[in-house]
Amino acid sequence: MAPKPAQKALGPIRRSFAPWLDPSAVPLIRFENVVKRFGDFTAVDDVSLDVHQREFFSLLGPSGCGKTTLMRMLAGFEHPTSGRITLAGEDLAGVPPYRRPVNMMFQSYALFPHMTVEQNVAFGLKQDGLPKPEIAARVAEMLRLVKLEPFAKRKPHQLSGGQRQRVALARSIAKRPKVLLLDEPLGALDKKLREETQFELMDLQMELGLTFLIVTHDQEEAMTVSDRIAVMDHGKLVQVATPGEIYEQPNCRYVADFIGNINLIEGTVESAGGGEVRVKGEDTPGAFVCAGDAALAQGSKVALAVRPEKMRVSLDAPPADATNVLQGEVWDLAYMGDWTVLLIKIDGSEKVLRVSRANMTRTEAKPIAWDDRVHVWFAPDAAVLLTS
Amino acid sequence: MTDTVASKPEGTSPWGRRLVVAVPYLWLLVLFLTPFLIVLKISFSNKVVAQPPYEPQLDLAGGWQAIKDFFAGLTLDNYYAIFDYTENIEAYFSSLKIAATATILMLLIAYPMAYAMARAPKTIRPTLVMAVILPFWTSLLIRVYAWIGILDREGLLNASLQWLGIIDEPLEILHTEIAVYIGMVYSYLPFMVLPLYASLEKLDETLLEAAADLGCPPWKSFWQVTVPLSLPGVIAGCFLVFIPAVGEFVIPELLGGSGTYMIGQALYAEFFPNLNWPGACAIAVLLLLVLVVPIAIYQNVQTKEIEGRA
Repeated sequence: MAPKPAQKALGPIRRSFAPWLDPSAVPLIRFENVVKRFGDFTAVDDVSLDVHQREFFSLLGPSGCGKTTLMRMLAGFEHPTSGRITLAGEDLAGVPPYRRPVNMMFQSYALFPHMTVEQNVAFGLKQDGLPKPEIAARVAEMLRLVKLEPFAKRKPHQLSGGQRQRVALARSIAKRPKVLLLDEPLGALDKKLREETQFELMDLQMELGLTFLIVTHDQEEAMTVSDRIAVMDHGKLVQVATPGEIYEQPNCRYVADFIGNINLIEGTVESAGGGEVRVKGEDTPGAFVCAGDAALAQGSKVALAVRPEKMRVSLDAPPADATNVLQGEVWDLAYMGDWTVLLIKIDGSEKVLRVSRANMTRTEAKPIAWDDRVHVWFAPDAAVLLTS
Repeated sequence: MTDTVASKPEGTSPWGRRLVVAVPYLWLLVLFLTPFLIVLKISFSNKVVAQPPYEPQLDLAGGWQAIKDFFAGLTLDNYYAIFDYTENIEAYFSSLKIAATATILMLLIAYPMAYAMARAPKTIRPTLVMAVILPFWTSLLIRVYAWIGILDREGLLNASLQWLGIIDEPLEILHTEIAVYIGMVYSYLPFMVLPLYASLEKLDETLLEAAADLGCPPWKSFWQVTVPLSLPGVIAGCFLVFIPAVGEFVIPELLGGSGTYMIGQALYAEFFPNLNWPGACAIAVLLLLVLVVPIAIYQNVQTKEIEGRA
């Protein structure tokens, strides 16, 4: 479903796949008011969530936020204290893990150490009692898919971390589950291999047409692979949206802060209306203007959230039509190659803003250096107004 | 062993290292190899009525001729003699049979015990291990005597069963093979439980979750995952009880009857009442040869297991 022309698109549109926008679509997985308590501790707190067929869905949050518990309830290893989980319309309550049409790729991979790669991949197929030639064919296909054919006869301890990860993946997709659950699947891999694997996972998901539910604390990973992300905190869903929406339109300070870097300017509303909100800065001196239709009462507390790359910085005075202009001093500067990150202390306050600039040329006539006095400004539509 | 060389910490002298390695070897040399060589030598000697009751004796003062005489005096007769008595052969077979049966019984009893211990809450596991070791605080002999008190015609067991009205006539258990099995299983069970517990305790439970996730119900994953992964413990436990059980003397002597004659008793009979040291030593050496095969298998499995983990 393409975005309506009137509505501006948030973030890139990966592909025209958005069943969650279609009210007539029937979701594959439904969590309905699911609560899970361990003693006094509420791990999952009244979560309602729909995941659609062929979706690549991420549960994102810090450790202990309940994302793994939510996934384990779908796999059948934990049982909801209250609420209902359905898969393709079937209530999963009372269905043991070994009868659920979902497969999980474990964080530790959980490969059977006494079996070869081949036997590991064949394990699930054998449980279904498939005929031997069919099992052999399917195992060969899976090993080809994850490029592990030469290692078929090896035991897990004879493989590298990346290879084990592939075995675990092959084993979990061998049965063509309705849903593949991935618990921090790439956590043990180094950065480069992780990035490669993320793209491979996406290709694989497209190719097999499976529904993927991934648990991760790595926001970059979630952004890379997902159709939609559910950000969780203390057992609650905070925001469920596409990566673009999560990044560009966070619905609260928690999400804004958790995903990527962001500058939060605390303030109070001076006036609202006519498509803009005027805010008087509290921790940052000045008056700010921000695009938005929100009907906010004068004096209500808000925060302006501005991403570092959406702030402009310059040694010279900004153009005449620039809005939200601040002055400050370069406190710190980090050259990252593709980006340079500047930490700028704003005059007359303790506020330090993070501004990043793309290094689009190899050399600069007037490079910004430590202790330089600079102007910082941002457009009204660069800021997101947060009320919670 | 390139690994150990590579992992040698900087500044450790190779002498200190060799010394540490030498200690167990020295121990084995003095307390195992030397006595064994003495036993081996005696097994090739002749029985005499003297002190010590065998000859030849090696007298180095006699020079080269004495050494030659000494070797000329050695004989294989004691080994032939073993086979002259069918009792001895039967004792070998009955020892192997009793030890093997007892081992299987122990495995059947110990596996559920070890499994329950390994699945018990972490906080009470040390207590359970303690409970398994606790009998060792009392001497084996006393514990076996206690079984006489229990299994006797007028013993605790018969008295209780009669009092409960389950039996009218006392059961004849003492001095039968059943009593020997009870004694064996009771005495050696901890040696079976502990290695099983060790291997089951470190079994990663996510493997069972993975099995369930792949469609394997618990009763099948027990056979397909738990049992194969606890096999090193099963093998260690079996050999740990089988090998000493074959040579067991106290239990068949005190609890067994005329029907249970084990090789340890044959050895005792030769050594003490018959004062036939060479004959007793020959029986011991032959027993060792019989057991070398399972010991070698055990060693082989252990080595493989260690290599498999590296």
